[in-house]
Amino acid sequence: MPDNPLHRVLCIDLTNQQYRVEEKPHLFEESVGGTGIAIRLLEEECPPGIDPLRPENPIVFAVGPLTGLFPLASKTVAMFKSPLTGNLGESHAGGRSAVSLRLAGYGAVVIKGASESPVYLSIHDDKVYFRDASALWGMTNSHTIGRVIREREPGSGTRTIMRIGRAGEQLVRYASVITETYRHFGRLGLGAVFGSKKLKAIVISGNRSLIVANPKQYRKTYDEIFQAAVNSSVMQKYHQVGTAENIEPLNAVGGLPTMNIKESRFDGAKAISGEQMAQQYLGRRIACAHCPIACIHIAALREPYEQDPYFYKTSMISYDYEPIYAMGSMLGVSDSRGLLKLLDDADRLGVDVMSAGVVLAWATEALEKGLIKLEDLAGAELKWGDHQAYRRALKMIVEQPNDLYRALARGVEYASSQYGGADFALALGGNEMPGYHTGPAAYAGFLMGSRHSHLDSAGYSIDLKSKNQQSASKIADALIAEETWRQILSSAVVCFFARGVYTQERIARAFDVAGCDVRSETLLQIGGETLRRKYSFKLREGFSPKKLRIPQRILETPSASGIISESLLRETVSQMNQKLTSL
Amino acid sequence: MTKRLAVIDSDLCVGCQSCMFACSRRLGFAGLGRSCILAKSVGGITRGFTVIVCRACPEPSCAKVCPTEALQLREGGGVRLDVKKCLGADCRLCQQACPFGSVFWDDQNDKPAICVYCGYCAEYCPYDVIAVEGEGEANAR
Repeated sequence: MPDNPLHRVLCIDLTNQQYRVEEKPHLFEESVGGTGIAIRLLEEECPPGIDPLRPENPIVFAVGPLTGLFPLASKTVAMFKSPLTGNLGESHAGGRSAVSLRLAGYGAVVIKGASESPVYLSIHDDKVYFRDASALWGMTNSHTIGRVIREREPGSGTRTIMRIGRAGEQLVRYASVITETYRHFGRLGLGAVFGSKKLKAIVISGNRSLIVANPKQYRKTYDEIFQAAVNSSVMQKYHQVGTAENIEPLNAVGGLPTMNIKESRFDGAKAISGEQMAQQYLGRRIACAHCPIACIHIAALREPYEQDPYFYKTSMISYDYEPIYAMGSMLGVSDSRGLLKLLDDADRLGVDVMSAGVVLAWATEALEKGLIKLEDLAGAELKWGDHQAYRRALKMIVEQPNDLYRALARGVEYASSQYGGADFALALGGNEMPGYHTGPAAYAGFLMGSRHSHLDSAGYSIDLKSKNQQSASKIADALIAEETWRQILSSAVVCFFARGVYTQERIARAFDVAGCDVRSETLLQIGGETLRRKYSFKLREGFSPKKLRIPQRILETPSASGIISESLLRETVSQMNQKLTSL
Repeated sequence: MTKRLAVIDSDLCVGCQSCMFACSRRLGFAGLGRSCILAKSVGGITRGFTVIVCRACPEPSCAKVCPTEALQLREGGGVRLDVKKCLGADCRLCQQACPFGSVFWDDQNDKPAICVYCGYCAEYCPYDVIAVEGEGEANAR
């Protein structure tokens, strides 16, 4: 398609407050969109070996050919050099950013440089405004930032407002970027990169039409995908109880990380399960842009003001499986009200709730073992289950009043390098772990997956199916095969929850309707190439599979598939490295 | 029987935009540039959504202010647009007059985008927020 707006890359220079649009049709033809495009732009724009918090670190956002055309293709892929791991930073978010970006007329945005004083970017179709954000810098609640910008900017209903909280300003290495109040670029510290650039927020609005060559075929393909989505039982699960439905099953099989994985089952699991949360608190379900499923679950927490009888406030707080694991079972918190307040605090402050939970869990155990001192915690006497102490500590991680909190703000890998306790510091590849203590495949994925996440390779699923009976080579093959395919999904920015809807054949047909000239047979080849590029970037930035630290704790506490063998895990890592370097 | 689109219960709306995309798709376009329906938050997604769509008023404000009679009254309520008579972006009085904000704008043609009450959007609403209602049926909220 000539003049396809997808091929337009908006390049923004914060240092000089300038912007321009570059047409990159060949890049999109070769690498599709989303992850595929983002890694190409990162390769081009990120100089080797830079400090991730220097102005040279680019922020890339990319969407795909199906965005704005088909449902469930509304993720935005962010790439940057991670200030948490020092290598590839990749984080995906739902919400409205992908559709807004596409319908503003772009396929990607690259933000470079740094502003002298706080700014927010306001992108409305072809115009970019650099707006002063000095008055917004330092505000304690990220939700307020959203409210202020919402009143000031146009585009209600077809815009995104991405913003950071205090954690991003304070360069907490796992600070998040929050979008539409309830979705996040959570992992790997994009919020700190925003903060280092004095970039407080980005508003993008757009609602243009996109031309399709064959409207009849478009409607037909659309209907097929839409019907498959709304009639799918898997999608029903995400709509009804939501991702939190996994708490009880993971607990039942002994795969729910509990109290820093001293245990893999949590006595309080039922109290914080998806079913309980829904019965007690569920106040609203909402959807990302152009997604009929509505998996976002929002709790309504009603609390009295203690000094003022009959005066209440109701907070609307989003919850999902991972946040419940990280601030619930991982910290021994079974008081669901306390848990919700912790989740709300994480959003107000703008920290990645998963990293924050793992950091607090390490600190609790480090205090138990005498590695850190109570006085260093400055009044937050960390104890399993004590949500009030955790809330105090979380605020101090952001404000960093002393050396201990400064170390905690750099992540658990760094904190344990300073204070000891690496055996129970639950970061893999430098990133705090997600909530799956299921077996070797999950951990191999966390260690070697390009973003150290369970999301790209689904190792937990291999574990639960194989019960620790597979060889290193088979695990490595299965993880890489899944990760290769998911590069295509994330290049089309299809939500991974919709992976059953978007089969290879359907993706190819949707691409065809969208004017993206990629045949079904070449999809996996492109996925492999994207994975290879991402792994090369990691190696370039110092990632070394041989140096990967495996915390002793994960080998000691039985997982859902029994005791994990270190030699099997190391062998799987080695095999994955061989396979990834020969892609 | 004259039809109109009714918002049955906006509290059921999850903001999925399926209706909005359907409206442009009906005309053969992807994206939202032709859409005559908007689901937007009520002061932030925290507070839920409102659905903005033509209510097919019996005495439409938009038609009253149209200087060229481009907006013709439709039997049973609402209006039809005669694009040849419309002054487009030079005028926009209809857009200003509609108290609901239901006169959308088609940037490509620079004319108002007016709901034709076809109900295509409602077919894609997964949560029964909107429905086509016949004349004389109970008024929805």
